[in-house]
Amino acid sequence: MLPGLDLDVEHGSVTGLLGPSGSGKTTLIRAIVGVQIVAGGDVSVLGLPAGTKELRPRVGYVTQAPSVYGDLTVRENLRYFARLVDAGTGRVDEVIARVGLAEDENSIVDALSGGQRARVSLATALLNEPELLVLDEPTVGLDPVLRRDLWDFFHALAEAGTTLLVSSHVMDEAARCDRLVLLREGRVIAVETPASLLGRTGAHELDDAFLRLVEGAAG
Amino acid sequence: MSGRATGATAERVVRQLRRDPRTIALLIVVPCVLVFLVDQLLADRPQVFEQVGVPLLGLFPLVSMFLVTSITMLRERMTGTLERLLTLPLAKLDILLGYGIAFALLATVQATIVSAVGFGLLDLTVANSKLLVILLAVANAVLGMALGLFLSAFARTEFQAVQFMPAFILPQILLCGLLVPRDEMAEWLQWLSALMPFTYAYDALSRAASDPTLGARFWVDVAVLVGVTLLALALGAATLRRRTP
Repeated sequence: MLPGLDLDVEHGSVTGLLGPSGSGKTTLIRAIVGVQIVAGGDVSVLGLPAGTKELRPRVGYVTQAPSVYGDLTVRENLRYFARLVDAGTGRVDEVIARVGLAEDENSIVDALSGGQRARVSLATALLNEPELLVLDEPTVGLDPVLRRDLWDFFHALAEAGTTLLVSSHVMDEAARCDRLVLLREGRVIAVETPASLLGRTGAHELDDAFLRLVEGAAG
Repeated sequence: MSGRATGATAERVVRQLRRDPRTIALLIVVPCVLVFLVDQLLADRPQVFEQVGVPLLGLFPLVSMFLVTSITMLRERMTGTLERLLTLPLAKLDILLGYGIAFALLATVQATIVSAVGFGLLDLTVANSKLLVILLAVANAVLGMALGLFLSAFARTEFQAVQFMPAFILPQILLCGLLVPRDEMAEWLQWLSALMPFTYAYDALSRAASDPTLGARFWVDVAVLVGVTLLALALGAATLRRRTP
């Protein structure tokens, strides 16, 4: 799966990992954070083998399904994760405000909406300010306003120096990335900026560009 | 491993348990009711109740902590929180010990209350200190937790985890010596029983209840209990894989 992929992600940028369901996005992401058993080949991240102990404080991972404790409050979840990564209480307040959950901080997570739960999960990954933040389909099931806010937030993080790798199966989110990695059936079909992808394929929309690439590859 | 992460995990598990007062009530009320039922059942045979009552006090925590831990751990695996914890800078032992501390606290409360019912209301007597019985009950609870942690790796769903109760616990209750003394069993059953942790838990409790000298065999029992707990924790740690397919 995913042979010969050498991905240089620019420091402080947002790279999108785009492709339909089942194209291998989650597998690639899990390989990068070092939780996937890799059949062959080496995955190295920030110059170290993926999943190494030294990388754990430097790489943040937000899973596709929110992985937080549903029976605890927002604040309790964040306090727990903060203690695990040795971040202070001040940092907890900061990230709660950052993801816009200040008003719900004492709500039990199970009582929140799907979008809010996703933001709690995201907040836990921000606590220790990782250099590389890897997010697996963070905007699935969110309304357009929340999606826009979240993407603005990703860019704000990138400007502050964090490198982001964000997967999505919605092509219109591709336009919001600095660079794109397009996946299909476990293969990388393109690595480039949205503008150059449009230019190369002569398409007006990224959805269209993706189709042209796929059909070009098939034909 | 760090005390910080272990403590944080223990505190988090206790918080989660406190959010579920019904489970705590069940964990405490059910064994009390069961001990009372056994007392009533054996009302005409008080010497039999003397023999089985104290071991029962100490075996309940083993069974209930086994079940609670295997379900909790299974949830932790299914909801993805375990995968996330394992990408963070903490040791597997932090997670295991965190759980161990939280459940040992709960077991202490459970064992103390059930013992208070047994000793206070049902007039159970022990040849040794009652504290020894409570300590054994807590040790059994930690053993149950360790076994639950390990076995939860073999369940994919909560239905399967619950089936470990008849599959794993019931045979041990049948063969530990509580129903039929071990030396009256067929020889192959004695062998089988010697392989089961419950046998040593039961034997230690019954010696604490009736043998004022305790004897060397008591310390063998305790050593086996501690050894099996450590082994189950080590095997449990091995099932917490940072990398999964």
